[in-house]
Amino acid sequence: MITVSHISKSFGNAKVLDDISVQFETGRVHQIIGQSGSGKTVLMKCLVGLLEVDEGEVLYDGRNFSNMTIDQRKEIRKEMGMLFQGGALFDSMNVAENVAFPLLMHSNMTVAEMKKRVDFCLERVNLAHTNKLMPSELSGGMTKRVAIARAIALNPHYLFCDEPNSGLDPQTANMIDNLIAELTHEYNMITIVNTHDMNSVLEIGEEVNFICNNKLWWKGDKNSILNSNNAELNQFVFATGLMRRLKPCQ
Amino acid sequence: MRFIRIIEDMGHYVHLMKRVLTKPDKSLVLRRQFFINVQSLGFDSIGIVAVISLFIGAVATIQVAYNIDNPLLPLSLIGFTARQIIILEFAPTVVSLILAGKIGSRIASEIGTMRVTQQIDALDVMGINSANYLILPKILASVFFNPILIVMSIAIGLVGGWIVSLTSSLLTPYDYVEGIRLFFDGFTVFYALIKTVVFAFIIASVSGFHGYRITGGALEVGQASTRAVVDSSIAIIISNLILTQLLLT
Repeated sequence: MITVSHISKSFGNAKVLDDISVQFETGRVHQIIGQSGSGKTVLMKCLVGLLEVDEGEVLYDGRNFSNMTIDQRKEIRKEMGMLFQGGALFDSMNVAENVAFPLLMHSNMTVAEMKKRVDFCLERVNLAHTNKLMPSELSGGMTKRVAIARAIALNPHYLFCDEPNSGLDPQTANMIDNLIAELTHEYNMITIVNTHDMNSVLEIGEEVNFICNNKLWWKGDKNSILNSNNAELNQFVFATGLMRRLKPCQ
Repeated sequence: MRFIRIIEDMGHYVHLMKRVLTKPDKSLVLRRQFFINVQSLGFDSIGIVAVISLFIGAVATIQVAYNIDNPLLPLSLIGFTARQIIILEFAPTVVSLILAGKIGSRIASEIGTMRVTQQIDALDVMGINSANYLILPKILASVFFNPILIVMSIAIGLVGGWIVSLTSSLLTPYDYVEGIRLFFDGFTVFYALIKTVVFAFIIASVSGFHGYRITGGALEVGQASTRAVVDSSIAIIISNLILTQLLLT
């Protein structure tokens, strides 16, 4: 379980996160939703330690990540996988080398074992036989899937996804969402997904956290989100014509 | 205000170097990265260093010949002076300034692009010391290979002067060869190599610093690349003065 306890984060005078507390349970897909600039990405960066919180703490299965030294954090980071918005694949490496990279840095696998694991991860994201391709030769959806393969290479306990389906067509976005949900249940991971895509929320949102005005404004699941009376949430959820047409059906 | 920013930047630079100059996570990976960087920063610079050295060596010899055109002075003095210019200043300092432009901008833009495309964040999330992984191999490759480039530059510069003696009436090849052998002190080459090692460290570390600290996008990558070249060049010039003062007096 990841426990976020009363964290706050400011940049200069601008408070981006204000006293946020939330728990993320094992084996579930947790989504963080909110408008652009609401602080979703800052929250995720605070969770993985790319940004330091000003106040509060983040606990990974009881281990206080916020108070740890860089070396102590390294052990927890070996249990993390992260999918970045643009994929963040290493340009100088081909697909297989990208997926093998965490194994190379953190495991004592032989080359044959690494190759086997890379092939398995790539097959799992339906990208077998793409080992030799360079990141520049991949489509947006393929890039995201390679990034997922890299994120799961070390069998992580915690998977973080920052807007995994942004810039993708609805079909590919749906495929990425379902892949993330499948992997979460298959490996019993804690998955946290930042998104503002309502299709994604309604598809895989087992736990949905809505951030508004720098605070955790609403918490529920994909079924309750359409029936909420929360004005700010409704304003966000039913912002598009498609979603407004969906509302009277409930 | 600008002065405070410079002091702040120096503090950030020292802080970054503390992270860079630590034991690498995997020595095998460092070795691989080292050879990749020797290729991209070292071998790929041979062409430009060779061309510039050949022509500057030739020009230096012509300039010296015109400026000491005196019947009382032996012609071998032309070769002697050209050699001293090439070994003491041209090869280590001027070639390092050229490498600051070529290597420095490459390092800053490469690391800067990795920063803006979140590749460095990806390394950090994986628990890898990204500063050490990215910058240390570049420093080691530059410190290892730049002295080789400078020795090559000295040799080619001297060949450039020799070609002038062959193709012009300023001096004979015999006078030139006699001149470049006259009062040769091995310490001058040692001095050139010490300077080169210091300059190589400056080029790779300052450029890595500017690339690593980028925030923003493509525009900032270009700006960081320019700053890397400017700051490396200024640092080379200042350290050249200090080293010359320390080593030759």
